[in-house]
Amino acid sequence: MTDTLTRQTTTAPAAPPRRRRRTTRTAWVLRLIALAYILALVALPVASVVQHTFADGLGPVLDVLRSPDFLAALRLTLEVAGIAVLLNTIFGVGMALLLTRYRFPGRRLMSAVIDLPVSISPVVVGVALILVYGTYGWFGPALERAGFQIIFAVPGMVLATVLVSLPLVLREVVPTLEEAGLEQEQAAQSLGANAWQRFRRITLPTIRWALAYGVALSLARSLGEFGAVRVVSGSVAGTSQTLTLYVNDSYQEFGPDAQRQAFAAAFVLMAIAVSLIVVIAALRPDQEKS
Amino acid sequence: MTLLSELDRVTPPPARRGRRPGAVTGGAGLGLGVGVLWLTLLVLLPIAAIVSTAFDDGIAGFWDAITDPEARSAITFTIGAAALVTVVNAVMGTLIAWVLVRDSFPGKRVVEVIIDIPFALPTIVAGLVLITLYGPSGPFGINLVGTRAGVVLALLFVTLPFVVRSVQPVLIDADREVEQAAASLGASGFTTFRRVILPTVLPAVVSGAGLSFARALGEFGSVILISANLIGKTQVSSSYILKMIESAEPVAAASVATLLLGLAVVVLVLLDVVQRRTARRD
Repeated sequence: MTDTLTRQTTTAPAAPPRRRRRTTRTAWVLRLIALAYILALVALPVASVVQHTFADGLGPVLDVLRSPDFLAALRLTLEVAGIAVLLNTIFGVGMALLLTRYRFPGRRLMSAVIDLPVSISPVVVGVALILVYGTYGWFGPALERAGFQIIFAVPGMVLATVLVSLPLVLREVVPTLEEAGLEQEQAAQSLGANAWQRFRRITLPTIRWALAYGVALSLARSLGEFGAVRVVSGSVAGTSQTLTLYVNDSYQEFGPDAQRQAFAAAFVLMAIAVSLIVVIAALRPDQEKS
Repeated sequence: MTLLSELDRVTPPPARRGRRPGAVTGGAGLGLGVGVLWLTLLVLLPIAAIVSTAFDDGIAGFWDAITDPEARSAITFTIGAAALVTVVNAVMGTLIAWVLVRDSFPGKRVVEVIIDIPFALPTIVAGLVLITLYGPSGPFGINLVGTRAGVVLALLFVTLPFVVRSVQPVLIDADREVEQAAASLGASGFTTFRRVILPTVLPAVVSGAGLSFARALGEFGSVILISANLIGKTQVSSSYILKMIESAEPVAAASVATLLLGLAVVVLVLLDVVQRRTARRD
């Protein structure tokens, strides 16, 4: 009896190491597959585009970055993305407050409608805008008579950009607002704080990180939008060409100069995108901490 | 700002107990009105315009537009490629999420950032990035430009984070004791995976996969360069829609757009159902 007991205790500790070693081997295989996949799909291509951009050194890249077409594209991109992010931040925060603090019929439908544009093709988004605000669209002729051009102009590009990033701020802010509840605000109100004071002193500090995260996401999306803007812009170099369109149009032209332009502009967009995700990654833990 | 100051007058009075959201009155109603107007002008009317234009020539016109040989091949290729990408993502995304949660190795934080690159990178840059490595002047001698495999590759790139990011939190929260219990009862690694882990992560896999399906259906920017837009071969639905609107064929463009829109809505509704069921079970 004692003999079997001791034998059991001696064999029992021997088993786990064997099992652990086996899972370690599986873990190794899984790790290898995962890393190889990410390397082949994302890391290597991204690295090779950087290498390709600077293949002839820094000079030619700087020449592109100083060219008038590039600068015009950069300016337009910043302008369109800036307005779009501003509109989506105001809309996102306002709508998040309404959705979390009030109950009204159609609330769920409204929430679904806000999510829809990011789930459909950007080309469909662009075409939809053309069919309403374009020359032959529902409101296009009336707007044109009144002197407003939307499609093939900056307003159309802004609308397209707003649509493809519509819920990003809202979706970040809503969970934080829901979690925070209303008690603090009600306390402030009972102490005589007005709406602006309550928003600035209580709501804003509560949603600060979520808002920053949402804004960074919207900015990344807005700066990089291609499909929807491509449909409504007309893409004329120097006037209605954003950076993404500049990359596309340069690449479609043949010749080493055009290629160099495409890669230099793509590198700029990539550098912006990567710095934004680093910022976003830095914001995320902060948001969880608070 | 007006919207926020208008909220002032309608915030539930201090006498109200609890933190239950209130009914809309006064200024919030104005804010809501502005929001509804904005959504109507921006989302509802444009979508209504697409659906209505699709049926400008009646149901027959819609049917003719989506069964046109060029449209049909673009639609079937898009759906097929999206389905394939969805399956690959479900498997690879779960695997990558597993490795990121349960494994630890040097450079894991870098991998975490790399996973987000496809979402942050502008789609046209994503396309250019893939062409550099898998195009005519790529270092491996693999040229996927103008091939269906190239399109699938681009779709895999842009949809990579969906499943990874939806499965990761579920795996972090998962109770490892249940797995250890299964293993101590003699279940093999595979059995533990199939009977314990898979049921836990499945809703997250399905929702990530569903989102990547919707995204792949409508993808345009990352695909445009590598596909070379060959009619009947690598042309995707989005490219076809763009071509039709640019050649002044609004009915053809709107019909295929309506089809894509309908599919996206169906996927979103199904995902909502899955999410509600999981929430109820918890």
